[in-house]
Parts: sequence; structure tokens; C-alpha cells
Amino acid sequence: MTAAPASRDVVVTGLGATTPLGGDAPSTWQAALAGESGARTLENDWAETYGLPVTFAATIKVDPAERLSRPETKRMDPSTQYAMIAAREAWQDAGAPEVDGERLGAVVSSGIGGIWTTLDGWDTLKERGARRMLPMTVPMLMPNSPAAYVSLEFGAKAGAHALVSACASGAEAIGYGLDMIRTGRADVVVCGGTEATIHPMPIAAFAASRTLSLRNDDPQRASRPYDVDRDGFVIGEGAAVVVLESAEHAAARGARVYARLAGVGLSADAYHITSPDPEGTGQVSAMRRALEDADVTSRDVVHVNAHATSTKVGDLTETASIRTLMGGEADHVRLSATKSMTGHLLGGAGALETLFTVKAVSERLAPPTINVENPDPELQVPLVRATPEKLPDGDVVAVNNSFGFGGHNVALVVTNA
Amino acid sequence: MAYTAQEILEGLAEIVAEETGLPTDAVAKEKSFTDDLDIDSLSMMTIVTHAEDKFGVRIPDDEVKNLTTVGDAVTYIEGAQAA
Repeated sequence: MTAAPASRDVVVTGLGATTPLGGDAPSTWQAALAGESGARTLENDWAETYGLPVTFAATIKVDPAERLSRPETKRMDPSTQYAMIAAREAWQDAGAPEVDGERLGAVVSSGIGGIWTTLDGWDTLKERGARRMLPMTVPMLMPNSPAAYVSLEFGAKAGAHALVSACASGAEAIGYGLDMIRTGRADVVVCGGTEATIHPMPIAAFAASRTLSLRNDDPQRASRPYDVDRDGFVIGEGAAVVVLESAEHAAARGARVYARLAGVGLSADAYHITSPDPEGTGQVSAMRRALEDADVTSRDVVHVNAHATSTKVGDLTETASIRTLMGGEADHVRLSATKSMTGHLLGGAGALETLFTVKAVSERLAPPTINVENPDPELQVPLVRATPEKLPDGDVVAVNNSFGFGGHNVALVVTNA
Repeated sequence: MAYTAQEILEGLAEIVAEETGLPTDAVAKEKSFTDDLDIDSLSMMTIVTHAEDKFGVRIPDDEVKNLTTVGDAVTYIEGAQAA
């Protein structure tokens, strides 16, 4: 077959999600606009049994068993289950495009991989021996399993990829999808991120790194980016998937277009394995590269969906980076920290926040940042607080930032269709 | 206490139904695991693992390839538990 000429214009034509706020993208977006929190007390004995210092999390709102067949729930790790639910929704939302499988890609990332399967397998081995190990264990635990199952689901043969960059993974997947279309490898890419780590081991491990909020008595107010009393992030789970499409392909089939995905910028801090570079050099580079890639300037940016996880250092580094990059133009930015509502979906976060950024541009509404009772005096960018704020009419530019342990920085630029 | 052939068939049908999503009444003795029930090798090994657990028997890998039909598996398990 002949390869289509590479297209610079890539649009978003489908959205899907299953999150702590809702079982699909519309309910998740509506709950975000309403300022709801997805955090809740865990109904289990992990605190007593294992001495976990954290007793709450932003757990998924709708049980995947309601949306998947029984065999699917048995042969997919929860991280893959969430991705599959989000991918099917996004695909239907895009109008189930007719596309040659050789021109269709799947890029779905997880920051951690199939950790429930890994740990269940280890428990089985210790307690019952090798003979009881389930044969599907390896294809369930491998971190490329969500991408592989999404590829299988839609017959995506242009490539199935799972880029891993901790909490930037979901954004990096979408950036890679953008490049697949621009380099002519695909016309349509199903891409996003997923995570399912609400298991006592990873919670204990994140708690050991002193990055989790300990506000056990008030889960819904625990995730509070930019509030002076923030004390860490709230672990969340779920998935978000978008359908990217070359503008020509979308136009040819008369597809509904939410927004353009106009640019991606990537960088690495090379500073510390977990702490962001306090100078924000890498964050600034990622945003600058994304804006250049999109052929826009910081003057055009009206909205930023912040990475902002509700940690002391991370939140301020990001707004300082935005100020460094944009200077006085940052006064025109409406900054939203949606992890205040969703919790931190780790490898799913960058994808969910891209979905939010697309919706913000498409509906001209910046979602709220809840729980900011006393804004940090060092916050350097205007923050959207309890209620959504209107974005300007006309041409607009929005940025979604995602940063990950390891010093990974990803910025995506979304513009109106 | 040993399971009867009928109990083994019913138990096996439940395991196959869980793994494949097929109704239990589709799992009849004369059905071929591969040709009729569309069970691949990984799924077959999963079914074997669950069957060993449920019926307290050992089904060596070398025997699995001889279990063409559901009836073959019932007969093997019935014999294995007597052993």
C-alpha cells in the first residue's frame, strides 16, 4: 500500500475515560466542573493488617466488571481493564472510524504496569507453589499489556507502543501518537494512559517516599494543590484515552473535532531521581519546545492544566517555570490543578489531564481547583479556584504539563479546531 | 470422597464458562476444546490449573495434549482421583 503524506495537523476526535469522578468521559468532565472529589476512605483492613499510614485513595467510580465480560476481567490486569473501557468509549465517541489497520496505531502507557497481577502471582507462588501459577500471568503483568489489548481490539497494526515515564507516561503516549501521525506512520492513533495501583504495596511504597497526603480524617479535602496546607498527593486510579487523527482523515469522513493537538515538548531534568530541578530548567524546556512545535508563542496561552500533585515543592516549581517561560504573559493564564479532584492517576494522569485540556478548549471552560482555602503566597500564576472560569472566544492555546519521577517532562499544546 | 463423572462435567463446565464466557450448557462431553469451544493453549492451561485445584488431581502437561474433548478431560480426572 502507499503511505499517505505526513500531516502536521492532528485533531482529537474521540474521548474516553474511567476515573474516580465517573465511569466515562462526560460524567468525569461534569464532575470536574462541579468541583467534586474522587477521594474516599478505603473499605478494607490494610491499615490494621499492614500498618499503612494512609487509609484513603481516589478509587475508580464504576466497577469495571459492569463494563467488561467475565473472561475479560479474568485475563486482563485492572490497568488493562481500565484502558480497554476508556479506549472503547473513545473509539465509539470518534464514530468508530473506518481505517485500514495498517494506518491505525495504539499507544497506551502505564507508569507502573500490572502490579496487581505481579503481586497476586507472587502470593500464589509463596502460598501454593509454581503449579498453581496461572498461565496468563505474564501477558497480564507486562506493562505493554494495555497497548497490546487496545491494538487487538481495533486491529491497530501500524504499531502498539507503551512509553514509560512514571507520572508523565500518559502524556508521553499522546505525544508519541501525535508523532506517529506527523511522521506518516498512521492516520489514526488510539492513545492514552492507565493505572491501577491501589494495592497496599504501592501505597506503602509511596508513603515510604513521603509523597502521599496523610489527611486520613478528611479524604475529600486532602488533594489541595497550591493550598498552604497541602501535604502530599492522593493516589488515584483509572484511565483516559483519546483518538487522534490527521486533520485530512477526520475531514474526509466528516468527523466531529474537539480540538487540535498542536504540539509536544519533551525534556529530562537529569537532576535527581525523584525531586524536580528547583530551577525548573527541564520544565521550561519542555513547555518552550511544545509551543515552538505548535508554532505559537506564550502570549497565546490562555490555560494551563498543571501537573500540580499537591506536594510542597513540586507545585511551586511548576508555577515558577511557567513564570520563567512566559514572564508577564503568565498573568493571562488560567491555571487549573485537576488532581485536586481526581487524585493522582500516575501513568493515567497525563492522559486524563489532556482530555480535560481538550474539553476546556472545546467548551471554553477552565475546570476548578478545589480545596484551595489559603493560596500559597509563592504561587506565581492566576489559579482557577472553586468554580470553572470562562476562557476567551477566538483562537486559544492551552498547555497540559506532566512530570514524572525520573525527571521526565512532557508538555502538550492544545488549540481550538 | 471422589467426584462422579457428572459432578466433574458440571465443575469443568463452570471453569470453562468462567474462562471463555460460554454458557455452561455449551460445555458438553462431545465438544472439542479447540475446534468447538475455541480455547487456545494458554486458556487450556488455565482451565487445567483450575481443574487440578477444584478436583484435587494432577494433570501432567504431557496428558493435556491428549484431552481433545470435554469428555476426555472428565474421564481423565475421574481416573486420576481414583489413583
